[in-house]
Amino acid sequence: MNFQFTEEQEMIRQAARDYAQRELIKDVLERDEKAIFPTHHVKALGELGFLGMMTSSKYGGSGMDSISYVLAIEEISKVDASVAVIMSVNNSLINYGLEHYANEIQKQKYLRPLADGTSIGAFLLSEPEAGSDATHQHTTAEDKGDYYLLNGTKNWITNASSASTYIVIAQTHPELKHRGINAFIVESKSPGITLGPHENKMGMRSSDTHSVMFNDVKVPKENRIGEDGFGFKFAMKVLSGGRIGIASQALGIAAGALELALKYSQERKAFGTEIFNHQSVAFKLSDMAVKVENARNLCLKAAWLKDNHQPLDIASAMAKQYAADIAMEVTTEAVQIHGGYGYVKEYHVERLMREAKLTQIYEGTSEVQKIIISRGLIK
Amino acid sequence: MNILICVSHVPDTTTKVRFTGTKLTTENIQWIINPWDELTLTRAIELKEAGAPIDQIMVATVGDQSVEPTLRKALAIGADKAFRVDFTPEDAGSTALQLQEVAKKAQADLVFTGFESADYNGGLVGAFLAESLGRSFFSSVNFLDIKEGAFILNREMNGMTEVIKSKNPMVVSVQKGIAINPRIPAMRGIMMARTKPLEVIAPTEMNSKVKVIAIALPAGKAKVKLFVPEQVNELIDALHSEAKVL
Repeated sequence: MNFQFTEEQEMIRQAARDYAQRELIKDVLERDEKAIFPTHHVKALGELGFLGMMTSSKYGGSGMDSISYVLAIEEISKVDASVAVIMSVNNSLINYGLEHYANEIQKQKYLRPLADGTSIGAFLLSEPEAGSDATHQHTTAEDKGDYYLLNGTKNWITNASSASTYIVIAQTHPELKHRGINAFIVESKSPGITLGPHENKMGMRSSDTHSVMFNDVKVPKENRIGEDGFGFKFAMKVLSGGRIGIASQALGIAAGALELALKYSQERKAFGTEIFNHQSVAFKLSDMAVKVENARNLCLKAAWLKDNHQPLDIASAMAKQYAADIAMEVTTEAVQIHGGYGYVKEYHVERLMREAKLTQIYEGTSEVQKIIISRGLIK
Repeated sequence: MNILICVSHVPDTTTKVRFTGTKLTTENIQWIINPWDELTLTRAIELKEAGAPIDQIMVATVGDQSVEPTLRKALAIGADKAFRVDFTPEDAGSTALQLQEVAKKAQADLVFTGFESADYNGGLVGAFLAESLGRSFFSSVNFLDIKEGAFILNREMNGMTEVIKSKNPMVVSVQKGIAINPRIPAMRGIMMARTKPLEVIAPTEMNSKVKVIAIALPAGKAKVKLFVPEQVNELIDALHSEAKVL
């Protein structure tokens, strides 16, 4: 057992913190207000190596561990959860999925630009009628001999308009149910792909979310990931590790709100003293700090299991569910501590509260995490 | 051409400063690269990347093993080599003396120090070092370029800018403005820092000429007394009898 970060992990945390506190903070309010995609930040973070953090240097990545990844996502999310979700999707769904399950030719062609930060990816699983229930894929991938023909609609796709590479989950053999599902690497500019309008979201407004329609999209056979019918297993494997990214994002949102509330409570005076000196406020901050620390430990434990190649389904589900739920609680209390100022945009905490809500919904709702955890209890 | 940047390992500028006797209490302090030194390193890397004829960018500090993270961060940002003189510095004179050997060993054409370090803010090491190396010294430089093998330095002065152009080896202390923001180390740099050389040098024998007798923190802010416009007489009385300025 060792609770000490290595010098490199600490350096990565500081690099992420510096970038967030110096650069992201400058335009985060405007990007939230006008729902502007953070193009220049994505480019800069790609150059710094944050978009392919855990991918091996053999494929252009940085080869860092999952602990470093948790630290980086936490620091970015303290300021800007939209940028964090772009990072999380690219790192833990796309790059991880390709590095571990794609073949060598696919890796050289698609993983390299995604890992070295020159392009980003999107993961297309959710459908209008298949979110939590991922087994019921309506998008079809018909086997046409030397290619597949994709038809259907995917919903809530993060990075949809900015990604160059999609990983698409679709049904090839409906009679086999989830064992008939496949995963494909699809170039986003392929003929037959159209995007729905930009979703006007409550939070994470700087990340671009669209529905994606497939109309007779030809996908070469060599772009299928793994054996025929591997798609559902692929999605579940990838999402299990992906939860660490979103759990860390929720942790960062909570930790960011705590930092802001703690600072404000030592500046704002009421009844002749800083409000921190009122026990009603101090105890709130104490409760918030305990929750943030618990969430951080759960995230780091899941990351440690991943780095040590141990089963992590339960641990990552616990981290995701707990961090998301406390992110909602902690941000709500941070707004309360700020009083009226917390309800206006320039103090950031109302935005963090809006962002926290999504972490309880996407990449597996809190309820889905509880299904995974409870089933794990009786295994 | 070789560049040596003397980097200081200093407490984060938001640290609550506490002393035990005359020694800084180092518990719970987050240490950083002295901001001026980090900016100089950034500028040197910018110049090298832009094709300036720089062979090596080296960094050096004086301290025990606990300062090595600062050197490794400098390597991660982009320095090629680091030196640590294994000596706990006591004052600017001893630091400069220890750095003198490094400057010679590194065969540095340009030696940089910060305008001051963010801990004791003495601003003396550069001048001492220049004197001991027998080199010219320019302080408070906020612009650096290298053209046709010559260094171009700017110094902001009251209402004007002094421009220095020289090919001679020199020591320069750097003011903010030399680079806009310190460079954030990329992952690739953090990985490469593992393999870059960090040489530990035995200290030069010396006796410090300075003894710190006492350290005192600034007095806390006095309470503010407010007067409404109708209380002019009370204000005058207070200025006379309490503040004793009238």
